[in-house]
Amino acid sequence: MSKRASMKELSPIDIYKLLPKTNCKECGQENCMAFATKIVNREVNIDSCPPLLKKEHEKAYKQLKELLKPAVKEVVVGAGDKAAKLGGKLVMYRHEFTYTNPTAIAVDVTDEMPEAEIENRIKRTENFSYEYIGYTLKLDMIAVRSTSNDPEKFSAAVKKVAATTSLPLILCALNPNVLEAGVMAAPKARPLLYAATAENWRDMAELALMYSCPLVVSSPNDLSMLVSLTKTLLNYGVQDLVLDPGTFLNEGLADTINNFTMLRRAACKGGEELAGFPLMGVPMVAWANKGETADEIVKWREAYLAAMLIVRYADVLIMHGDDGWSLLPNAVLRQNIYTDPRKPVAVAPGLKVFGTPDENSPVFFTSNFALTYYTVASDLESSKLNAYLIVVETEGSAIDSGVAGRKLTAERVADAIKASGIETKVKHRKIIIPGKASRISGEIEELSGWKVQVGPRDSSEIPKYLIDKWQP
Amino acid sequence: MNTVPQPEKKKEDTSGMKLSPDLLELLAKFQEIELQDFEMQLGDLELSFTPGVAGQVMPQLKLPPALKAKPTALLQVPFAPPIETYPGKIAEVRLGGTKSQGGTRGKSIMIGGEVSPAFYTFERPITHTPIVTLDVFDMEVPLSKAVKMHVKDVVGDPAAWAKLAVEKFGADMVTVHLISIDPLLKDAKPKDAVKTVENILQAVDVPLVIGGCGDAVKDADVFQAICESFPNERFLISSITRDMDVERCATFVKKNGHAALSFTPMDLNLARELNRRLYDFLGKEDIVMDLTTAALGYGLDYAFTNMERARLAGLMGDVELAHPMSSGTTNAWAAREAWLKMDAKWEPRELRGPLWEVTTALTLLLAGVDLFMMMHPAAVKTLKDVTKNLVNGGKVDASKFADWVSVKP
Repeated sequence: MSKRASMKELSPIDIYKLLPKTNCKECGQENCMAFATKIVNREVNIDSCPPLLKKEHEKAYKQLKELLKPAVKEVVVGAGDKAAKLGGKLVMYRHEFTYTNPTAIAVDVTDEMPEAEIENRIKRTENFSYEYIGYTLKLDMIAVRSTSNDPEKFSAAVKKVAATTSLPLILCALNPNVLEAGVMAAPKARPLLYAATAENWRDMAELALMYSCPLVVSSPNDLSMLVSLTKTLLNYGVQDLVLDPGTFLNEGLADTINNFTMLRRAACKGGEELAGFPLMGVPMVAWANKGETADEIVKWREAYLAAMLIVRYADVLIMHGDDGWSLLPNAVLRQNIYTDPRKPVAVAPGLKVFGTPDENSPVFFTSNFALTYYTVASDLESSKLNAYLIVVETEGSAIDSGVAGRKLTAERVADAIKASGIETKVKHRKIIIPGKASRISGEIEELSGWKVQVGPRDSSEIPKYLIDKWQP
Repeated sequence: MNTVPQPEKKKEDTSGMKLSPDLLELLAKFQEIELQDFEMQLGDLELSFTPGVAGQVMPQLKLPPALKAKPTALLQVPFAPPIETYPGKIAEVRLGGTKSQGGTRGKSIMIGGEVSPAFYTFERPITHTPIVTLDVFDMEVPLSKAVKMHVKDVVGDPAAWAKLAVEKFGADMVTVHLISIDPLLKDAKPKDAVKTVENILQAVDVPLVIGGCGDAVKDADVFQAICESFPNERFLISSITRDMDVERCATFVKKNGHAALSFTPMDLNLARELNRRLYDFLGKEDIVMDLTTAALGYGLDYAFTNMERARLAGLMGDVELAHPMSSGTTNAWAAREAWLKMDAKWEPRELRGPLWEVTTALTLLLAGVDLFMMMHPAAVKTLKDVTKNLVNGGKVDASKFADWVSVKP
């Protein structure tokens, strides 16, 4: 197998050595060393250094590109602002850095579905939308499968799909003649082509080159064949590849998880270039051999297979079940797994209103650590309380660690009370503080002029606390 | 430590139930269906093919960057599985005492002992299969509708509940949550808790987890009474926390032959610190750790990364983290999306809820959790099926699954 120098930890010095060292500030940074640090943290791109783009630095530019190349290549599918970026992963484990490019989720249609059903499935996919801690969770792609094996039918279906949606497409047909009919029906869409196999690779390579499309390499449960095909296709000139090692249910789960894990480890830890491509998972295999099984059960299996693949390195998934109940857990899981583990998740500070509070309603505060905030908010909401909640800027610290680390201080609480405008909304001057912030209760009273009541240590006890202790 | 699920405020409705008579039955039915062989139609692919011939408008030909000769045959490269070795090993902990060990359990269960990251079975086989303990509460607690429909006949009767959990839902163990001892609730006496545990010991012969109410002082009193009343049953005492009298608790756990669950709030340094304090009284083989489970959507990312880091650190030789891990997966039900009646397009919650728990569980299974504390029978069944397949799966016949492209659902 071909290897490149293994991905070692990059230091800013490694980058700095190759920069023009002009300290010109044209990149917006104070000097080249500061720029190098931002580069290592992947906060800026080397293309934002104008001197580096000049002819005389061409060699250094290329060296830097090579040095910064992600372990998993980034492959772009589709065109325009909805194009899907697959892969681009720098690391194997999310605590090592941050996962880039959340797993793209595609919903399928087939060339034997009635037009109305195709339209309906696309509409449901496009309309999938869930508001979650300030993010809108969406689905990403449409996969068009040829179940007819008829070029004309596939062409008509792809045409219909391309006219209906601007989401990026995956065109699936193992017969190259059928696949080509599909590609030609959407000539500008730059779809992902499925798939080159041990049997058809040469025809598929020609197709990918001819139409300038990324190509999936499929070798079910045979990684040696998979890397052999990958090497062959690279030598053929096809550069944008996605690897499908096969997705299997039941007794095949172990092989599925092993294959994805081995490929990602080989790419990230072993510097194996032939494994360094986005990985495709196909939870919709749950629908093969469905028999008399209830649809709900198949969707359930498809959903948990998708969850395991999101955790274990899939960069793109093809799903058939498009129900909200089965897709929502995976949309949330994907958001969770792809958040930056280095940054505490924070919400915007300020006043939040629950129910329909009046001038006698209780006032709480909490930290702006998203988990703390959403836990408290969920407890207030689920108990149908009418209350005000002041979110204090704690730089994303929780209550106890915020108090200990001086991120949650009486000054900040007093400022937040003032800035919230709460004094015009209630006639009492009592604030219920988290039990874990009791240490600073005296200081808060002193600085804010509000009377402090120390509330429960866990927000789930708020309803009971209000019954026992709240008097406006 | 599990959070009691969110209370239900709304009147129960049954609209979602028409979809499926009983998810469990359906799941069971699906297991029995044999997969039929599915063969690719390779003949179709052998047709001669020239791209562009079919074409109307020919897109502009893009030449590959390097004009090398195109390969005419497959370039064969072997894939070498990336196998590593690790200096550390996760401690093995035995739960449940049999007659010969001085207890009354039908069998003991071993957890931990892993020598590779979770389910890297290409590297090494699993030492001990992860297991599931089902939650049983000693008094009526608010349960989400999706859960309640499966246990409504046994709520309030912990022994009957335990029996149902083992005999119908396939629990490997049972967790007795002694909620009634909470000074803010019934303030039940230690001897009442002992009686409850005794009834459950009579009803089932699986190992038990003994869960407290979260009050540092009351839990210690109750745990002591239970540890001393049933020596060598090898209970898992859930849990010992930093704010308890660690010396006292660890001593009565050790003296009576039980195991301790070391619980810390999502911070590996605190976990190391508490484990160090426990080492003065307990052996490595007596400690399971709970690093806190947050629900899908409510901090699962932190829980996942914490556990994955702990497992990798343990394997790399950090003995203070080289303990089997337990997860209060029932916490998944703290997410409102698990229990709330939502807009019609996200329904039925009877499926969404247990799927929320399964998703939480499987995510943590892949981080290295050895013991799952769970709630919904369908979620339990799925976790057990998946685990069994991950542990026992041999080389799969890929042709059974290969041709998904032409599947007509």
